[in-house]
Amino acid sequence: MNGHAGFRFLLNGESVEVAVPGMRRLLDVLREDLGLSGTKEGCGEGECGACSVLVDGMVVDACLVPICQIDGHVVLTVEGLAPRGAEPAMLSPLQAAFLEAGGAQCGICTPGMLMAARAYLDHGGGPDEDAIREAIAGNLCRCTGYTKIVEAIALAADHGADAGPFPGASAGG
Amino acid sequence: MTARVATPRTAPTPLVVPPLATVRGRAGAEPLRREGPAKLTGEALYTDDLVFPGAWYGATVRSTEAHARLDAIELDPAFDWSSVVVVTAAEVPGENVVSSIDDDQPALVPVGGEIRHHAEPVCLLAAADRETLRAARARVRLRTTPLPAVLDPLLSETTFAHYDVGRGDLEAGFAAADLVLEGTYRTGHQEQLYIENNAMIALPRPDGGIEVHGSMQCPFYAQKALKRALALDAVRTVVIQAETGGGFGGKEEYPSMIAIHAALLARRCGRPVRMIYDRHEDLAATTKRHPSIVRHRTGVLGDGTLVAQEIEIILDGGAYSTLSPVVLSRATLHAGGPYRCPNVRVRSRVVATNTPPNGAFRGFGAPQVEFAVETHLARVAEALGISPLDLRRRNAYREGDTTPFGQVLRESVAAQEVLEQAAEASDFATKRALTAHARAERASGPVGRRRSARGIGMALGWHGNGFTGSGEAKMGSVAAVELTAAGEIRVLIAATEIGQGTKTIFPMLVGEALGVAPDDVELARPDTSAVPDSGPTVASRTAMVVGRLVIEAARRLRAQVEAATGRPFAESYAAYAATHGHLRVDQRFEPYPDTSFDDATYTGDAYPVYGWAACVAEVDVDLDTFEVAVRDVLAVDEVGRVLHRVLAEGQVEGGTLQAVGYGTIEEIKLQDGRYLNDRLSTYLIPTALDAPRIRTVLLQAPFSGSPHGAKGLGELPMDVGAPAVVAAIADAVGAWVTELPATPERIMATLGSSAAAS
Repeated sequence: MNGHAGFRFLLNGESVEVAVPGMRRLLDVLREDLGLSGTKEGCGEGECGACSVLVDGMVVDACLVPICQIDGHVVLTVEGLAPRGAEPAMLSPLQAAFLEAGGAQCGICTPGMLMAARAYLDHGGGPDEDAIREAIAGNLCRCTGYTKIVEAIALAADHGADAGPFPGASAGG
Repeated sequence: MTARVATPRTAPTPLVVPPLATVRGRAGAEPLRREGPAKLTGEALYTDDLVFPGAWYGATVRSTEAHARLDAIELDPAFDWSSVVVVTAAEVPGENVVSSIDDDQPALVPVGGEIRHHAEPVCLLAAADRETLRAARARVRLRTTPLPAVLDPLLSETTFAHYDVGRGDLEAGFAAADLVLEGTYRTGHQEQLYIENNAMIALPRPDGGIEVHGSMQCPFYAQKALKRALALDAVRTVVIQAETGGGFGGKEEYPSMIAIHAALLARRCGRPVRMIYDRHEDLAATTKRHPSIVRHRTGVLGDGTLVAQEIEIILDGGAYSTLSPVVLSRATLHAGGPYRCPNVRVRSRVVATNTPPNGAFRGFGAPQVEFAVETHLARVAEALGISPLDLRRRNAYREGDTTPFGQVLRESVAAQEVLEQAAEASDFATKRALTAHARAERASGPVGRRRSARGIGMALGWHGNGFTGSGEAKMGSVAAVELTAAGEIRVLIAATEIGQGTKTIFPMLVGEALGVAPDDVELARPDTSAVPDSGPTVASRTAMVVGRLVIEAARRLRAQVEAATGRPFAESYAAYAATHGHLRVDQRFEPYPDTSFDDATYTGDAYPVYGWAACVAEVDVDLDTFEVAVRDVLAVDEVGRVLHRVLAEGQVEGGTLQAVGYGTIEEIKLQDGRYLNDRLSTYLIPTALDAPRIRTVLLQAPFSGSPHGAKGLGELPMDVGAPAVVAAIADAVGAWVTELPATPERIMATLGSSAAAS
C-alpha cells in the first residue's frame, strides 16, 4: 500500500483509514480491504443496486464510487444496521420486518435493499406502496416479485423502525 | 392514487380453503426463514465472500466466433508469462467433457477442434492478482478458420432429440370439428438473472484431489463432472455449496463447467483459484431459456369442446445438447395444456444452432408451450364467439380424465378449482365486459383522446412435479436423518437452499415427523462428502420428493428410538443417544404406488402428480407508444399442501414476476450468433416500479403419494404469467401478439397487420 494516499471516513460509526489507490472502488475497499463482505456485487455497473450503501445518508452504488470521493464522509453498510454489541444478537426493526414478512429469499439483493429502505425511512418515508416502490426502484430482486419487500418496508414504517438519527454527525476525515 | 400496503399483520393474504382442502399450520405458527438473520446482517457467506489465503484469480478465454476451427492458441511472446498459469484442453487429465446427457460439450475446445458458439471456453488463465490476469487475457490470440454458422433453428440439420407421440384419430377429430384454427407462436431467449453471478472456488487437496466451494443447485452434478474431467474418485472430489444467490435453473448444469475450470487451474497452480464471473461474462456465456416455435392446429365443436390438437414444437438448443432432451420431453408432455382432448398428436424436436447452449430455467420447456396453447385457445374462443373462461371450463381436466400420453389423472386434479377461484377473485367476467365496452366505444369513433386502454386476460396451466417419466426411479435418490451421539437431530440431504426455503421447511417436516420443534432439527451443509445424493435441486421436486424421503426416514428413526426406550421420541431421544450413540436412517426413493411410465412408447404416468395454476392479469396499454404497464396480477396456485405460507407465497410472487418479465420486456437480441445485450444495462428485468401488484391465492388438494400432501410449487407460476399478460393486451387493443416478449414494436406490428387484413 506504500505510495498511496490515506483515505479516512466514518464507517458504521467507527473511524477507519485505508491507504489504497484513489480510484479503487468503494465496493472493493469494503469487501476486500476492510473485510465487510455484506455488501454484494451484482453487475459492477450501477444497474442492480446489490452494492447499495449509504454515504452521508444517501443511497449510492458502491461499485461506481471511487474511494477518493469518500474521504471525510460517513458510510453505512448492512453490517451497521443491527444494534451493536447486543446480547443476544438483535436485528434492527427494519431487518426484523424483512424476516417476518418474507422480504429476503436468496438474500443476495437483501443488503442493498435494506440500505435503500433505510434511507427511505430515514427521510421520513411512510407505509405508502407507490413511494416504497419508487424508493427501491434502483434495487433489483429476482426472487420475490418485490411484494414482500414492499410489505416489509411498510411494516417497518408502521413500527417507526430505525428512526434513530443517522450515526456520526461528524466525519472521520 | 396511492395504495396503502397491506402488511402481514393488518391484512394477511387469504389462504383460501376450498372444500377439497385441508389446512395445517397457520401463518402465525410458522417458523421464520432459518438463514434469514444471516442474510439480513450480511453474515451469510456467498462464494465471492469466502476468503482462502493465497488464492489466485482465474479467467476464461472465450471464442469470438459462432463457428470455426481452432487452429492455434497463441501467447504473445512479448508478454511475461512467468507469473501466469495457462491451461488448455491438452491439460485435461480425464475426459474433456462436461458430463451431461449426451456428453457432447468439451470443457475446453481443443486445438484442431471445433468452436461451435460465441463465448465458448477455449483456455484458462490464472494469476495472483486481477491486473496481471487482465493483461494476460489481452495477450492470448486464437487463430481460427471460420466455418459456416447455422443460426436459424428452422435451417438446422442437427437434431438433439425428437418425439412424435399422441393418441386417438387426428383426422377423424378434425373431420368432426365445427371450427379448425391454426396458429404459430414464438418465444425468445430468457436469462435467469439470479442477482449473484456464477462463482466457483477450487482448492487442491493434499491427496491429489480437489475441493470446490460454489454457487450451485446440484452439488452431485458438479462432483460427477469433476470426477470425469479430472479422472478422480468420489472420495477425492468434494463439492460444497456456499450460500447461493438465486438459481432458477441457471445454476443447475452450468456450474459443472465452471467447477471443472476452477479445478483445472487450482491443480496447476497448487493453490486455491477463484473463478468468479462478472455479470457480462455470466450473461454472454451461460445458459438461457430455449427459444421456441410452436405451431397449433386445433379442432373444436361449436360449443367449444376440443376434439383435435395437432402440435409441432421446435426448440433451439444452441450449440450443445446440455439438458435439451429432457427440456423437450417436458415441453412435449405439457404442450396440449391442462385440457381433455381425445385426438392429439405432438411432433417435437430440439435442434442445434451455433449459439450459446440453452439449458434449465424454471419451467423447463413448459412456459414456452403453455404460452402457445393458452394464446391459441383464447383465439379459438374468440373465433367461436364464446368467452375464454367458458372454453376453459368446458375442457379443463377433471379427476378421471386421461392425458394424450395415457395417464389417468386419478387424484389432486384442481384445474377447475383454480380456474373458478381466479375468475371469482378477479371479478373476471364483469371487468371483461367493461373492457369490451371501452374497446367498442373507441372503435365507434372519437370519444375524446383516450391515451391508454385497459385489458384483462387469463391463463390456465399445469406443471408435472418431479422428474419426467421414469427419471426419479432411475435416479434412486437417498436422504437420511441421523441422531448424533451428542443428541443432535440432523437432516442429511443434497437439496440446496437457493432462496426457496429448503433450510426452513426440512426442519419443519422432520420436526413434525419426530414430534419435536423445528428448532431442534439441524440441516447438514450440502457437501458431497457428508450427505447422501438426494438428487438435484430442480423440477419442483425438493419439497415433494425429497420431503417424502426425509419424513419416511424420520418416521423410521422415531420408531427405532421409541422401540428401544418405550417412551415418546421427544422425551427419550437424548437419553437414547447417550446410551446407544449415533443412529442414522437412510431412505431410498421408491416409485409412487401404481405409477409407471414406458419410455419406449412414451405412455403412462409422465409425472406422479401435477400442480395447477390460473393467472389473471390486468394491463394498461399506451395507445400512442404501445407500452404495456401490468397493473395487477392474481395468481391462484394449487400446491397439494402449503408447508409454509410466507415461503409459498414468495415462490408464487417471484415466479409470477419472472413470467411477467418474460411476457413483456425480457429479450435477447443476437447478431451473428452473439448476444448483443449481454450487460445488465441492456438486458432488462422488472424493477419494483415495473412490477404489478401480485395477489396470491393458494389452494390445497393434498397428494396421497406425499406423506405431507405437498406437491411441487417453484415452477408452476412461471407457466401462466406470460399468456395471461398477452391475453390482457389483446383484450385492451383487440389484436393478438404471437411472439414473446410482447414489446411495443410487436403490438404495433400486430395492429398494423390486423388493420391491413380487415
